[in-house]
Amino acid sequence: MVFEILQYSFMQRAILSGVVVAVVCSVIGLFLVLRRQSLFGDALSHAAFGGLAVGFFTNTYPIWTALIVSVLASFGITKLRQSTKILPDAAVAVMMSSGLAVGIILIGLSGGFSLDLESFLFGSILLISMQDQLMILMLSAIALVIIFKFYDQLIYITFNEDQARISGINVTMLNYLFIGVASLAVIASLRLVGVLLISSLIVIPNITAIMFGKGFKKTAFISIIIAVLSVLLGIVISYITNLPPGGTIVLLTILILLGSMGTKSIIKRIKIQGIENNRT
Amino acid sequence: MQEVTVAASVKNLTYTYDITTNSSFSSNTLDRISFSINKGDLLGVIGPNGAGKTTLFYCLLGLIKDYRGEVRIFGKDIRNDKSILQNIGYIPQQKSIEQGFPATVKEIVSLGMIGKKNVSKEKVSSALKIVDLSDQSHKRIGELSGGQQQRVLIAKALVHEPKLLILDEPTTSIDVESQKKFYTLIKNLHQKNNISIIWASHDLDAVSKIATKVLCLNRNVFFHGETSEFFSNDEFIRMYSEASMQLHMRSHLN
Repeated sequence: MVFEILQYSFMQRAILSGVVVAVVCSVIGLFLVLRRQSLFGDALSHAAFGGLAVGFFTNTYPIWTALIVSVLASFGITKLRQSTKILPDAAVAVMMSSGLAVGIILIGLSGGFSLDLESFLFGSILLISMQDQLMILMLSAIALVIIFKFYDQLIYITFNEDQARISGINVTMLNYLFIGVASLAVIASLRLVGVLLISSLIVIPNITAIMFGKGFKKTAFISIIIAVLSVLLGIVISYITNLPPGGTIVLLTILILLGSMGTKSIIKRIKIQGIENNRT
Repeated sequence: MQEVTVAASVKNLTYTYDITTNSSFSSNTLDRISFSINKGDLLGVIGPNGAGKTTLFYCLLGLIKDYRGEVRIFGKDIRNDKSILQNIGYIPQQKSIEQGFPATVKEIVSLGMIGKKNVSKEKVSSALKIVDLSDQSHKRIGELSGGQQQRVLIAKALVHEPKLLILDEPTTSIDVESQKKFYTLIKNLHQKNNISIIWASHDLDAVSKIATKVLCLNRNVFFHGETSEFFSNDEFIRMYSEASMQLHMRSHLN
């Protein structure tokens, strides 16, 4: 079965893109989750939806337009967060609905949803073209290089922004850079996971990893393993069952999360039982 | 060239917090604050909540830049010369660190090396040794008690061997036993390592025993001088209590 799957070039593209996307989403997601910015992925993907619609409307390669809109939106969110008049979660809501509104209007003007636009909403294995794959690899590589270059500084900012600033780190610049990089990760994931579920791939593996990881780097590593496993299994299952890959992948991450919570709870009970037995 | 003997000097510092903004900085006002701390001094900064202690520290650290007056650390204005940060260690008011934060104690202490010159990984181990947490280095910071977490932050601040430590109410919300350990640690750091320390605290008893100088703040300078002079004068203590009460009442009325 595995050999059969790997014979198809579209599956090879989906698997390679999927693994890369899983790695980049996990690495960026850990920072987002710990900074309590889990919904940023949603805001950026909804803004990207508006960008996709612009691409379809103007007959441009939609991922380019989504990239531009998403990066601009990421800077907009950061600026709004730093602004004093809007609360951070409200800034996310503003950006999310703006992207969606622009998208819906442009789709209405261009005569409704096309098959390709729908595939961007829910994710698709079949429609990852060579051009898409190159784009995914390029964006992911840029995102990972920037993150690793500033990894320790980003950990410091995540731990405490004021202390990071006092140690001489340019926190404002790095906040813009990081959120710009997060938007690259979102765009890289669009084809495979879809606009509606990208945020889950960014957040859920990290929630599971945080339960077990001791150390920032180890936690990131656990999250990468969970995300890569979910993506690979999700692609295979969606190929066999003809289910949308985005939903399948995200359901797998949720199953791993629930399984981990259950396992942790059982281990805790066993430990408590052991302590009580020792007392008696 | 004459050696600079003043660790920090503040002249006519005035800062009015912009109440229309929603920044994390507190809304205190500092009014023509002037004082200085010599190298090797341990300055206890006392004053009621809302007296401007944290705002003063933010000005010293360059987190607040739009103040009037002059703030100099080792003779330099931190707003123009960020290299001074190499010489400063800062421990903020205790905020409990979430249990889920996955970084280990060692990773957090290592953050103190970022952007600093001449620091090696061995310094992390020796900083952990100073704060007596070598055996906890592989634990998640969120798993430690409040007192231990505060010692981790001290180790982080010590890792680049600062010449000036700024401690903002470091013992708030930690238990009495941990407070005692903390005070011994501050005393040792001051005496053995010869670090200048500016330390805000509500614990007048501890300040009277450890600090060499006292700055009593109530939006303006109420007293600045020798610790013994302040605590031996009943009138100062009475006035301090009254001023605290007035500020407390004013904040309630506002």
